[in-house]
Amino acid sequence: MKEKLEEIASKAKEEMEKIQNLQELQDLKIKLLGKKSELSNMLKGLGELSAEERPKVGNMVNQVRKEIEESMAKAEEKMKAASLNQKLEKEKIDITMPSTKIKRGSKHPINRVIEDIQDLFVSMGYDVVDGPELETDEFCFERLNLPAGHPARDMQDSFYITNEYLLRTQTSAVQARTMLANTEKSPIRMVCTGKTYRREDDATHSHQFNQVEGLVIDKKELNVSLADLKGTLEVFVKKMIGANSELRFRPSYFPFTEPSYEVDVTCFKCGGKGCPLCKKTGWIEVLGAGMVHPNVLEMNGYDPNEYAGFAFGTGIDRLAMFRYGITDMRYLYTNDVKFLSQFDRKDEE
Amino acid sequence: MILSRNFLKDYVDVDVDLKTLAEDMTRVGNEYDSAEKLVPATHLIIGKVLECVEHPDSDHLHCCKVDIGNEVLNIVCGAPNVKAGIKVIVAQNGAELPGDIKIKKGNIRGQESNGMICALYEIGIDKKFLSEEDKNGIHILPDDAPVGKDPIEYMKLDDEVIDFELTANRGDLLSMLGMAYEVGAIYDKKVKPVDLSHNESGEDLNKSFKILVNTENCKLFLARKALNVTIKESPDFIKNRLIACGIRPINNVVDISNYVMIELGQPLHFYDADRLEDVIEVRMAKKGEKLTTLDEIERELEDTDIVISDGKRAIGLAGVMGGMDTEIEPITKNVLIEAAIFDSVKVRKTSKKIVRSEASNRFEKGLDPNRTYMAMERAVKLLEEYANATIVTGTVIYDNADKKPKKIDITIKDINDRLGTNIKSEDAIDVFRKLDFETKTNGDIITVTAPTRRMDLSIKEDLVEEVGRIYGVDNIEGKLPVVPMKIGSVNKTERSIRDKMVSLGLNETLSYVLVNDKESHKYTNDSFEELKLLDPMTEERNTLRYSMIPSMVKIYEYNKAHYNKDVSIFEIGKGFYKKDNVYGEDTKLCTLMTGEYYLGINSKKNVDFFIIKGIAEEVLDYLGYSGRYSFVLPKENIKEFHPGQVAEINVNGEIVGVIGRLHPEVTKDQVFVMEINLTKLLAKKVSKMKFKDISIYPTINKDIAIVLDKNITADEISKVIKKSGGNLLVKHEMFDLYENPIMIGKKSVAYSLTFGSNSKTLTDEEVNPVVDKIIETLVKTFSAELRK
Repeated sequence: MKEKLEEIASKAKEEMEKIQNLQELQDLKIKLLGKKSELSNMLKGLGELSAEERPKVGNMVNQVRKEIEESMAKAEEKMKAASLNQKLEKEKIDITMPSTKIKRGSKHPINRVIEDIQDLFVSMGYDVVDGPELETDEFCFERLNLPAGHPARDMQDSFYITNEYLLRTQTSAVQARTMLANTEKSPIRMVCTGKTYRREDDATHSHQFNQVEGLVIDKKELNVSLADLKGTLEVFVKKMIGANSELRFRPSYFPFTEPSYEVDVTCFKCGGKGCPLCKKTGWIEVLGAGMVHPNVLEMNGYDPNEYAGFAFGTGIDRLAMFRYGITDMRYLYTNDVKFLSQFDRKDEE
Repeated sequence: MILSRNFLKDYVDVDVDLKTLAEDMTRVGNEYDSAEKLVPATHLIIGKVLECVEHPDSDHLHCCKVDIGNEVLNIVCGAPNVKAGIKVIVAQNGAELPGDIKIKKGNIRGQESNGMICALYEIGIDKKFLSEEDKNGIHILPDDAPVGKDPIEYMKLDDEVIDFELTANRGDLLSMLGMAYEVGAIYDKKVKPVDLSHNESGEDLNKSFKILVNTENCKLFLARKALNVTIKESPDFIKNRLIACGIRPINNVVDISNYVMIELGQPLHFYDADRLEDVIEVRMAKKGEKLTTLDEIERELEDTDIVISDGKRAIGLAGVMGGMDTEIEPITKNVLIEAAIFDSVKVRKTSKKIVRSEASNRFEKGLDPNRTYMAMERAVKLLEEYANATIVTGTVIYDNADKKPKKIDITIKDINDRLGTNIKSEDAIDVFRKLDFETKTNGDIITVTAPTRRMDLSIKEDLVEEVGRIYGVDNIEGKLPVVPMKIGSVNKTERSIRDKMVSLGLNETLSYVLVNDKESHKYTNDSFEELKLLDPMTEERNTLRYSMIPSMVKIYEYNKAHYNKDVSIFEIGKGFYKKDNVYGEDTKLCTLMTGEYYLGINSKKNVDFFIIKGIAEEVLDYLGYSGRYSFVLPKENIKEFHPGQVAEINVNGEIVGVIGRLHPEVTKDQVFVMEINLTKLLAKKVSKMKFKDISIYPTINKDIAIVLDKNITADEISKVIKKSGGNLLVKHEMFDLYENPIMIGKKSVAYSLTFGSNSKTLTDEEVNPVVDKIIETLVKTFSAELRK
């Protein structure tokens, strides 16, 4: 009996070494441990043994069976691992190969700047408003204290389509619209960004460009003053141009504001030392601003004895050029995809 | 406007350097472009040419020995007019001349050259101011020029000039006297009086001469006469000051008229009195009337031009240019002087046609009538002194001008409220004093008398500005407005569409809205009147676009020409129209795509119709229009689109956009565009975004495939499946399309159907009848055949 069991065990060991794959292992399992296997037969024959021998032999048979099962499980595990490794090896790829994707989109630098300007002013309680680009002479000039024949109209040669309609030369046109639209004559805090058009085209001027316009109107006693305008523009310049920028208010002339100022900032190229960009003055003119002219308030339904306001405007194109170091204004409008696709990431904080 | 410091010194003397003066003027509102010496050259000295021989190795150079006082220099000179015995301007070693020229000891073709003999244009005097000799050679100084001394000082060219860019409202600064008041205000200096003293003789001119003004457009006209003038070269100071201010000297009489204009701001006109009748008439020109102006051009006048006539014929275009017949010539003996004020708008209109000049510029900005009288007196003073003229007694006057100064009331509160300052009343009054404005105080009210030269002052706010600029804006502390807290608002729809498009891999452009008129009706069948510019800059951009597609196609063409094959771009912009006499503009979203869109090994894919359709769906779904749109064939062919690859976007029965491939006649490349009218689309309200319950029960998938007529569209099949599928069908998707030549006129399509319920797990027994119904309906509706 014992010899027989030993023989089964050694035979099983021999056969297991020959096994190549999981199928053979399965077949062998049936052969060695199945219902018709020698071990099963031996267990079945236990009844013929004496009560004394029965448990002894039973134990021995089970012992052998257990050994075979264990080594078979081990073999199976090993084989599964090998086969998985083989599969994984086959699926190995060159991870440095190019990825699959769609083209990457980008946002135009001017719109990036516009969005930041809008967000800045919204955070200060301004409403972002919109106005038509095809404007009337009335809103673009007349209601801004620029009657026909006014010398300042010379400064802005315009694209007229009729004697009345023109492409707006300035976002200031929205000032009058906003004031008129406010039928309750309540306080106003608004900015407007958008396209503007003038009859000039050269290396530093595009006939189509972008401006931002701001207007604040409130009761006179709230002291809507030049100091408030100055403080507001300081915030704007330091946020949009740089924390180290200095401002210089230069008295100037616009028909729709009185007093009027042009606002220079420290030259962003040379930092104020003087360079060709700032014509060696160290300053670059960026904004026009002033206290809303009483005629403008009156023409648009606000009593100048009761209300006061300030307004400001600036070109966005140059701000965008400065922010991204764009060297030639024409890049902004030729829309070369080699240019556009450079603006494909988030701005740094 | 150029300021000459020597000229300014006649009226106010300030002891600051040039740069400081320019900066200080800028801070009070008068921006400068440049501030420099009139003659920027350095290391110049007067020399005498002792010897001048031909250069041995050149046919035009000369070798000169030049005495400069303490030494004799060898200088090689190429000028044709150099010779022994003359006195010249020598640039010594180390000299810097305009145009970045540095003079160094050198050797010219073997001969030592230790400096340079200069022409006037080489030291910085523009050729336009020079005589023929000086244009063509070195400058020969008079014999009394002191050798070894500074030639600039000797020639009285030691002036400094600042070029100001003045604002449109400050016509008063177009004169040295006006500048003097401004400078005086900054540095608190009193302006010196203008010397008008002269003698008069003979019978009063009023007895023999008349002025008739027959137009509203002339408010003031003065005439005086100067007899027996001697025409010659002007004295150096007049010539040099004119040169400094950018005006070419001609002769003493003509120069005096320009000199007074620069000095006092009032343009004058001098006529040869012997060629005039005894009357001057100011009137509007008759249409078609002719006048030969002093530039020898015969001009046809219009009834908007103001003319000066001598009763018989036009002799000048008021404020713009005189007539040739009556101009001052070297033989002129007697001069009639005109000092007048003409309407600024009319002068601008005429000058825009003819020529913008120093004179017309001043008329356009407006003139002070009191200054006109002063200028007349100044002119006769100078004619007497520098042209030996005899001044006829009396001035003939037509005067309908308002010469009274304006009085403006203001309080210190007005000033401080607007400026946000705490200026004291006496400090504000002191600013007015510096500006030479009279003030009177009555309680809180300060009454300021604005002098007539300051035509820009009329209301309180103008005075606030004066105080602000002289007090110094830099001295005003900035603060943020103290106003009630309020939430700002911005419509972020456009921005989120932009973000969506960027995330879909498109590059945002910024295109021009002006296109060519021939393009403006392309890519659309909509009817509208085109909007052409009255005065375009180029024909290429003479019309406002209606569709954005022409703008985008231009960008595509530009990129193609610059070797960019893959172009996927978008933009949100305006399209303009006139319909039924109403002008309007719509906001549009436009996309153009060509070349590769999907990237990567084995995944590259060129743009096709379904990609642009996918983009359109992404936008519409994103904006909340899911299930409310369809793509339909245009009712009428749109010429610029491929007739087989085009669709209009229909949202709730209205066409809001178009997608399609450009017609091969537009471009041979496969270019696809999409345009959506956002104004129309966004006018359609969308429902609130709301949570829908998610089924916890599994779904059952069934695939079906049918063969049917090839012309039956996916949309038609979809509708049938949806309708016959009932409640249990939650999704259906086409997953295969198969055609081959054997299936003449037919195609095979396969759909994956998903069934589910929110209340239970479905069984095959429940689903199979629905599948059968779908198949049955498809077979019936399309004579389709089920593929097994």
